[in-house]
Amino acid sequence: MKSSVIVFPGSNCDRDVAVALQKFKIKNQMVWHNDSSLPKSDLVVLPGGFSYGDYLRTGCIASKSKIIKEVIKHAENGGLILGICNGFQILIESGLLPGVLLRNKKLKFLSKNIFLKVIDVKNKFCVNYKNKNIIELPIAHNEGNYFASNELIKDLEDQNLIAFKYCDYKGNTTENSNPNGSINNIAGILNKNKNILGMMPHPERLIDPMLSGTDGSLMFEGFLK
Amino acid sequence: MKISAIVTLKENVLDPQGKVVSLTLKDMGYKNVVNVRQGKFFEIELNETDEVKGKKIVENICKNLLTNLVIENYTIHLK
Repeated sequence: MKSSVIVFPGSNCDRDVAVALQKFKIKNQMVWHNDSSLPKSDLVVLPGGFSYGDYLRTGCIASKSKIIKEVIKHAENGGLILGICNGFQILIESGLLPGVLLRNKKLKFLSKNIFLKVIDVKNKFCVNYKNKNIIELPIAHNEGNYFASNELIKDLEDQNLIAFKYCDYKGNTTENSNPNGSINNIAGILNKNKNILGMMPHPERLIDPMLSGTDGSLMFEGFLK
Repeated sequence: MKISAIVTLKENVLDPQGKVVSLTLKDMGYKNVVNVRQGKFFEIELNETDEVKGKKIVENICKNLLTNLVIENYTIHLK
């Protein structure tokens, strides 16, 4: 399995993701945003960070960069794309995923561990969560408040395109367990073909017991199945 | 010519910053403030003399970059 991590000016989780991919024997290359060709890859990762200093809107300027045209082609050919945090914001701004990510409801930057309920496991990213559907991952964002029209939310729910929802440690998706105000506690969504996943939490940060957990490992291990 | 564009969140989208400004103004004694919406202002200098063409260009700029039409509206103003 081969992957490419796209690096934008202001990305800061690119190396973490690369370490996670390499740990699970995925052959990774770093790709600069201004490159006009994508190396042969099964998976493209848009990492977290603050691309272009979040100017205009989070992920907006990055979504207009040269490499994104290639990333869109990769998606159209059925290639896998994982957007984490700022990567999720870039996927939304480039039109690869629907809806929008607003500022957190309480206007505060959030950096803490949260619980997630894995809602859909019938996709390449979540196969390994079949036997563990309540997981703990860190979040670190200011604009993670997912918002969309009622019709779109209904579509996402009906077609099982919601990958993760914020929940409490028992798996209840309550208002209190929703850190940022996202509609229906949404933390991550898939496109219709389920080859693109955008998520606010950071699986790459929990891949080693020394870093307090391995719930993120399950996603990266799953790619090899 | 200079053309300006104002981008604001749509009416039904929560604007937390605008809300906080509005509440603060009320606390400061501006009792007749009903609501505040916060937005972004862009002043675009164009190498173009035809007003209609200029507006058309800025409209495209608004649609393609400055505005996320899911949550924002724009208005264009000729100086």
